Amino acid sequence: MNRFAELLDRLAYEPGRNNKLRLITAYFRDTPDPDRGYALAALTGALSFKHAKAGLVRDLIAARVDPVLFALSYDYVGDLSETAALMWPTSSLAEGAMDDHHDSSPPPTLTNVVTTLRTLGKAELPAQLARWLDELDETGRWALLKLVTGAMRIGISARLAKTAAAALGGKDVHDVELIWPGLAPPYLDLFAWLEGRGERPVNRIPAPFRPVMLAHAIDDADFARLDAADFIAEWKWDGIRVQAVSGCDEHGNIATRLYSRTGEDITHSFPDLLPSLRREGSSEGRLNDSRKPFGAFRQQTFAIDGELLVVRDGRVQSFNVLQQRLNRKAVTSRLMKEFPIHLRAYDLLEDGDNDLRELPFEDRRRRLVDFIAALDDPRIDLSPRVAFATWGELAAARADPAAAGAGADADAIEGIMLKRCDASYLPGRPKGLWWKWKRDPRIIDAVLMYAQRGHGRRSSYYSDYTFGVWTAGEEGEQLVPVGKAYFGFTDEELVRIDRFVRRNTTESFGPVRHVLHEPDRGLVLEIAFEGLQRSARHKSGVAMRFPRINRLRWDKPPREADRLETLERMLTSEAAKSTGAGA
Amino acid sequence: MRPHDILMLDAAGLFCKPGGFHIDPVRPVNRAIVTHGHSDHARPGHGAVLATPETLDIMRLRYGNDFAGSVQAISYGQEIKLGDVSIVLHPAGHVLGSAQIAVTHGGVRIVASGDYKDVCDPTCAPFEVVPCDVFITEATFGLPVFLHGDPASEVGKLLASVALFPERAHLVGAYSLGKTQRVIALLREAGYDAPIYLHGAMDKVTRYYQSRGIALGDLRPVRGMKKADLAGAVTLAPPSATTDLWTRRFPDPVRAFASGWMRVRARARQRGIELPLVISDHADWTGLTRIIAATGAGEIWVTHGQEDALVRWCMTKGLVARPLALVGYGDEDGEGDTVGFSGGESNS
Ligand SMILES: [Zn+2]
Repeated sequence: MNRFAELLDRLAYEPGRNNKLRLITAYFRDTPDPDRGYALAALTGALSFKHAKAGLVRDLIAARVDPVLFALSYDYVGDLSETAALMWPTSSLAEGAMDDHHDSSPPPTLTNVVTTLRTLGKAELPAQLARWLDELDETGRWALLKLVTGAMRIGISARLAKTAAAALGGKDVHDVELIWPGLAPPYLDLFAWLEGRGERPVNRIPAPFRPVMLAHAIDDADFARLDAADFIAEWKWDGIRVQAVSGCDEHGNIATRLYSRTGEDITHSFPDLLPSLRREGSSEGRLNDSRKPFGAFRQQTFAIDGELLVVRDGRVQSFNVLQQRLNRKAVTSRLMKEFPIHLRAYDLLEDGDNDLRELPFEDRRRRLVDFIAALDDPRIDLSPRVAFATWGELAAARADPAAAGAGADADAIEGIMLKRCDASYLPGRPKGLWWKWKRDPRIIDAVLMYAQRGHGRRSSYYSDYTFGVWTAGEEGEQLVPVGKAYFGFTDEELVRIDRFVRRNTTESFGPVRHVLHEPDRGLVLEIAFEGLQRSARHKSGVAMRFPRINRLRWDKPPREADRLETLERMLTSEAAKSTGAGA
Repeated sequence: MRPHDILMLDAAGLFCKPGGFHIDPVRPVNRAIVTHGHSDHARPGHGAVLATPETLDIMRLRYGNDFAGSVQAISYGQEIKLGDVSIVLHPAGHVLGSAQIAVTHGGVRIVASGDYKDVCDPTCAPFEVVPCDVFITEATFGLPVFLHGDPASEVGKLLASVALFPERAHLVGAYSLGKTQRVIALLREAGYDAPIYLHGAMDKVTRYYQSRGIALGDLRPVRGMKKADLAGAVTLAPPSATTDLWTRRFPDPVRAFASGWMRVRARARQRGIELPLVISDHADWTGLTRIIAATGAGEIWVTHGQEDALVRWCMTKGLVARPLALVGYGDEDGEGDTVGFSGGESNS
């Protein structure tokens, strides 16, 4: 465990991709089975421990240290696991306590931890965790707590970890990704193959995930270099990007899977979509294609790239609505009825055992149109093209999707996707093939009211800001909070705001500082956001989506900041726009 | 005699009225006793400065020969009298020449410890526990999360990285006075005997350490080295230099920083550090609490740093404790050596 902890610790600081790869590959080379396999599982997110939650960590440490000292420490460090790891009282604190080591057991290996947790009951977990924390050093304790609470966040993608494993055998990451769905921790057969000691493992997963293709954000300057005729435009729907895959195993059983863009299997969260992804008898023409053997099996093999949306009465709902369907522990029939799930298809990657990814997008799109038509299911439809001849026409469509064909669904549109007609489907974010062009965010000027320390990298800075706008109150003009922003500023701006907060604190309540906000004294923040909705939970009655700091208006006195009425007008005009277009 | 009649706060800092002197004053005064040579404690322009011979030498290196009207060197353990006040300097274990100042008057002894640490450091005299009535302690690392651990294992991390990335330069940020020499000594103790390269700003003070008989091995100025020759080498530089243009002369540098702050991950990431080395010249939480108890003092005054937590701890142990709101010590990074020694390097 300590060795894995050292790796995590080092990775958490290393910014360079190649250096990260070197570190992980070196770890795989030097670490024996099965520890390295469980490490690969941890790095690719293949492990989860359902009983270990942040609350448990808090309870464990609270029982062992002075609560005041803990609060001061947590406020400073900003990370629960790290604070607990640092403060954990150990018997060998004092130097020269080496004799103790004879009595205490050796620290657990990663394999010990993973295999023990797999079978450990919830009731036994606290005592077991405490024992391990006693045995590990600080870095080990930190890594253990991060691992078991599933909060590793060390900037490693699953793909990077697989690339590092592949490098062990001089292989390409695609070779590993192809067989990955058939592998399981601790990946003994994978490492044996990579080290030339064994056969290449066979992927027996009938419905495997294919690495997803992603887009770059487009800049105004990019358009000058691009020819509108080379591109197909679609709406960028504000839902969840998914891959719907179907296939048959060697016994002819059909398997259907829904994967997130990172390859996480999310099938169980959307059981209501599964029947729509079965093609039994759905298309006469296909079933009768008996010239090929196993035609029936073959037609069950496909992979659609698309977006999950909630559609009610034929109208796509905003992300706010979709969000209510997510993050639920149980998928009840009521939930499914209230938030009917829908798949809007962007692309077809596989059709009847034919890998289409090498084809130009234009050709894949043509096949997708036929495929969706043949499927003929109300829950699955095609993402429509946005017609345009010039960039100017496209800009107009982006500015007003409702008028450009999206109608009442315009609320669920984040912007425009531009795809080169001749682009193959390539994993990752290849340059110049796919572009995303988001809608202009809404902007208002608000006043900084409260500040709180950030977490992680920013824990010594006041980096979480509550801002407000003016409204008429009982005692005249007053500021009412309308949102919180955590990002959008540069590091230098953060330093300046932090200094402003420290120098202009009027009161402190625990971690929250009240910052001076008077008509002529205070800081105006230009806030950009993606959407607005009415909210009973907020005192102001409105809630913003994705607010962020667009600019600091040191030049502007707070009295010139926007008023709540401005937001209310935005809210009404948005509502009017969508109903108007829908009529 | 009440303790606060012996030592009190004024605009320049801690003032001993019956003895007519300040301790580590932050603005020019008639007579100053200086605990150690870091620039936030040792400032120029005083009428008279009393300090250990090493601290006086370091001030001379930093500010030139006329940094004070007059100077008086006091060795560890030697008693001097100012008025009715007796003064003895004891090793503080912080950097070369660092001293705690024991002030005794009317049967009351107050120890102003300046900056201190209670762990082994081959580059300076070890900390000495001085029994007293009032102990004035710093609180730079006064939170229970600050446990500095074994510096040898931190240097081990550095050497492991040098082995894994032999084509990259390793650039270690370290304060010029004290930390630099300690890191070099630790590297030598770990058996690393290759040349170690130094930024110009730390050259003079490091040579001074060597002249005092501290063995640091083969040290070379980094100036004038070819980029390729710095691959696989360890270079020490002031923390501010490790993030500026100056680093472009190094091949794909791994940025390390030797400091007690590196214990908190967010602090390290904030500074863009890839290899944090938890090596501090201040006492950690264990050290602070151990020393406070060992002095037998019934009253604790807590100066610069994280006063709240340390005051809280003292109170839970039944000690009278109060924070002294001293300003001017320690920058955000607490090791406050912000004024360099001449001989820095330009960015060009
Ligand atoms: Zn110091």
